[in-house]
Amino acid sequence: MNRQLRKYKFDLPVILLFAIFIGVSYIVDFAAGEELFQTTFWRFLKEMLLILPCMFILIGLFDVWIPKEKIEKHVGKGSGMKGMGLMILLAVIQPGSLYVAFPFAHLLWKKGTSLRNIFIYVGMFSAAKIPMLTFEIGFLGLKFSALRLILTIPVFILIAILLERRLRNTSYQITAPE
Amino acid sequence: MTILFVITGLLLLVSFIANRQKTLEGLRKGARQFLKLLPTLLTVIILLSVALFFTPEKMLLKYFGDQAGALGYVMAAVVGSIALIPGFISYPLAGMLLESGVSYGILALFITTLKMVGTLTIPVEAKYFGMKVTLIRNGLSFLGAMVIGVIMAIIFSLT
Repeated sequence: MNRQLRKYKFDLPVILLFAIFIGVSYIVDFAAGEELFQTTFWRFLKEMLLILPCMFILIGLFDVWIPKEKIEKHVGKGSGMKGMGLMILLAVIQPGSLYVAFPFAHLLWKKGTSLRNIFIYVGMFSAAKIPMLTFEIGFLGLKFSALRLILTIPVFILIAILLERRLRNTSYQITAPE
Repeated sequence: MTILFVITGLLLLVSFIANRQKTLEGLRKGARQFLKLLPTLLTVIILLSVALFFTPEKMLLKYFGDQAGALGYVMAAVVGSIALIPGFISYPLAGMLLESGVSYGILALFITTLKMVGTLTIPVEAKYFGMKVTLIRNGLSFLGAMVIGVIMAIIFSLT
């Protein structure tokens, strides 16, 4: 138990302090504390508790059903342009905030996806998801979004190539939280 | 959101009919990962909420506005890199800034750094990629975001 807790030595104090702060805010009727909880925090929490369980169910099913050879063949080493295209497509259609991308990236890597494609996936996930793009076009216009997308794709491909090259001859591994 | 529920539910059902054992194993695997990540995720959203709470929109307007000049570009990149403002807040905000006269160039820098550099998600990313690779990746993303932002600023100022 003690070892389990030590892994969260930064997280637990933050959670505890926040819980105490919110609790006290409600007891003494401290308006700013109540507002912080009800507006921003609640919204994030709701997203986390609705989207994430679905994502982890999908990750679990993916893990037991999709064979490694399939993934390796399509997005593994030497999958080229088609592999990159598939990873970009996968990244842009998924919903949720960036932290959803990392558990997925771990699974994809475990199943044989090349490091280059993993970094392309995470990059595009952070920058250009379709549900968000429709929103962006509404507020900033099609020209803005189209231009941003056209410039973003090569930038992340370049970043992924650089990272892969740096890690190629090392024993680098993507890990899941233990 | 509804689509996600429907897809997840359907796949779960199909999987369950096809192989009960395998499905349960998959669910166990997913649940274990979820629970292990939960404390770190909670911390991230707590920090995020507090950071957002202390960044009122009027402040951004002052820093990015017309009077800000070259400093506006620097501030847009800095705030965009540090903050992690979700789309449902950042786009309406960007729309509002645009209407109040903030240039497309500044908004381009703000939005690209905001999306591509995730300072507050570093604790989660580091659990998977390791701290070193996480920092390198975000560093490269920052440079990339600057390049994209500057190119967009130039294009918008020419047209």
